[in-house]
Amino acid sequence: MANGVLVIADLRGSTPKRVTFETIGAARSVAQALGGPVQVALVGGPGVAAAAGPLGETGVDEIIVAESPDLAQYSAESYTDAIQQLTDANSPAVVLLSATPHGRDVAPRVAARLGIAYAADVTRIDVLDGQVVVTRPVYSGNAIASVALDSQPSIVTVRPGAYPVAPRQAGTSAGKQTTFSVNIEYAPGAKVVEFQEVKSERPDLSEASVVVSGGRGMGSAENFAMIEELADLLGAAVGASRAVVDAGWRPWGEQVGQTGKTVNPNLYIACGISGAIQHLVGMRTSKYIVAINKDPEAPIFKVADYGIVGDVFTVLPLLTEEVKKVKSQ
Amino acid sequence: MNIIVLVKSVPDPAVKVTVKNNQIVEDGLAWEPNPYDENSTEEAIRLKEKFGGKVTLITLGPKRAEETLKKQLALGADEGILVSDPAFDGSDELAVARILAAAIEKQGPYDLIFAGLTGVDWNQGVVGPAVAEALAIPHVAYVVGVEVNGQTARVTTEVDGGREIQEVDLPAVLTSMQNLNVPRYASLKNIMAVKRKQIPVWGAADLGIDPGQVGPNTVQTQLKSLVPPPERAAGRIIPGAPDEAVKELVRALQEEAKVI
Ligand SMILES: Cc1cc2nc3c(=O)[nH]c(=O)nc-3n(C[C@H](O)[C@H](O)[C@H](O)COP(=O)(O)OP(=O)(O)OC[C@H]3O[C@@H](n4cnc5c(N)ncnc54)[C@H](O)[C@@H]3O)c2cc1C
Ligand SMILES: Nc1ncnc2c1ncn2[C@@H]1O[C@H](COP(=O)(O)O)[C@@H](O)[C@H]1O
Repeated sequence: MANGVLVIADLRGSTPKRVTFETIGAARSVAQALGGPVQVALVGGPGVAAAAGPLGETGVDEIIVAESPDLAQYSAESYTDAIQQLTDANSPAVVLLSATPHGRDVAPRVAARLGIAYAADVTRIDVLDGQVVVTRPVYSGNAIASVALDSQPSIVTVRPGAYPVAPRQAGTSAGKQTTFSVNIEYAPGAKVVEFQEVKSERPDLSEASVVVSGGRGMGSAENFAMIEELADLLGAAVGASRAVVDAGWRPWGEQVGQTGKTVNPNLYIACGISGAIQHLVGMRTSKYIVAINKDPEAPIFKVADYGIVGDVFTVLPLLTEEVKKVKSQ
Repeated sequence: MNIIVLVKSVPDPAVKVTVKNNQIVEDGLAWEPNPYDENSTEEAIRLKEKFGGKVTLITLGPKRAEETLKKQLALGADEGILVSDPAFDGSDELAVARILAAAIEKQGPYDLIFAGLTGVDWNQGVVGPAVAEALAIPHVAYVVGVEVNGQTARVTTEVDGGREIQEVDLPAVLTSMQNLNVPRYASLKNIMAVKRKQIPVWGAADLGIDPGQVGPNTVQTQLKSLVPPPERAAGRIIPGAPDEAVKELVRALQEEAKVI
């Protein structure tokens, strides 16, 4: 009988990403409704067991260390083998991953291998009459689908920022810790050979609690210094519209929207952004939205909690000064 | 190089889709290639320009998908194949992937297959990896750079906190991102040439697919509801001279919203 939830931890080396704690939060609510344990699997190379410390502080029922030299470098094929074997051995009702690049790379392949129901990038998981029902934004956020998953197990990736992180308590550890030996029979045809880290003093865009974003109205790459100054003052990430990325003013990694990142901060400040539908879908779930735009008809004002109609080159420096003032008080 | 591009026909991404009675309103909707498929087609054509060979576009869908296919063909691809059969209607994505894999095998030898990162319609991003699984070849998703060296490729992907390089044995499936390249426009000459092009249509019998293995009975999910997203309550424009407005904004963010 399938029961419980198996979480595949998303790690950088042996460090769990923040989203893994969110996914554990999601797993806990599902497991409470369905019955059965929350198991968290650490899939990776030698040393990956170190992640058990911080993850154990959430008090999950079991941490399974699936460590192998064959898993030291990420490979969709080898990780599919590992997740398939973990799933077969533990018979969870649901397998959860985070909807990060690795999660969304491997989960569909596992679904194809096992022939099971798959839902990507979900924002909510409910259990209704014993059935797993996920909520997913579709059609670029213009519709919200509620989808029941009929297979057991099913496999789901959880959108970053959708769930709060599972609370942690220092000194707590998982109910038990076990090891699992993964059998990788074939060398994968594709694997990671290099990671080029983009070092930034600023928080990661998809995890930031404040985002300051600029659009074409910023006029030039140089003028983004104004955006950066306000962002640093607020401990914020910098975002951009596609127009700005296409113009080469900012890197793609900062693009917010349909073909960029989805952000979910407490505060999103849009400067010189018109608010095209493809931009809005990436930020409309922000808790508070501020828009600065010289065009009172700009669609961004329709979603903004607070708007200032004005020239960004006047308003933005004033805003930065005012924030400095209140921060120093 | 023989390069395959999988093209999905989706509602025009530049138009806001509306929903009614748990369905999208299809009246007057234009169908376009999934935007990532344009990046795939561009990359495939560039590789062909460099190494020679052939670019084949494959789409699975109803008859109207032929128009989408022709739009992409006009960028400079060589062949297009429409995979279409009433038996395929209602298939889930894993079945779609198996059907596409059968079509890829039927069209002959291949070195590289491009799919889009995810459909802007249903945002699943499953078909690329699932085709790779069906063909038992490697795949790499989130691709922003491709460098082919003989029978291998160095592929750059966009991940959290940076980029990864993967060494990939060919053939393989790669899923394209928007920033892989900037797609070209179709030339008038190509647009005219494509109009007359005969697009072969392959059905279940052509692909040796048992109709019982595809279609609605493959589906393991049920759509419970499809509704518009919650509207955001209208906010307020803060009036006044810029310095006054900014003061009020910061006050509101501190005291009302409590976010700074
Ligand atoms: C398939 C597809 C996918 C897309 N994906 C994305 C995506 O992921 N993200 C995205 O952002 N877009 C995306 N787009 C593009 C989108 O449609 C818009 O073109 C884009 O968002 C516009 O960017 P913008 O608001 O910066 O520029 P514009 O629309 O040109 O707006 C500039 C704004 O700045 C204002 N302005 C100008 N000067 C000043 C000034 N001095 N002071 C104050 N305000 C000023 C103007 O009033 C205007 O409102 C996509 C489009 C398609 C077709
Ligand atoms: N019906 C289809 N025909 C051809 N390619 C498809 C089809 N469905 C999905 N794909 C491919 O898979 C990508 C991702 O779509 P999806 O997995 O549906 O989100 C698309 O960009 C296409 O490359």
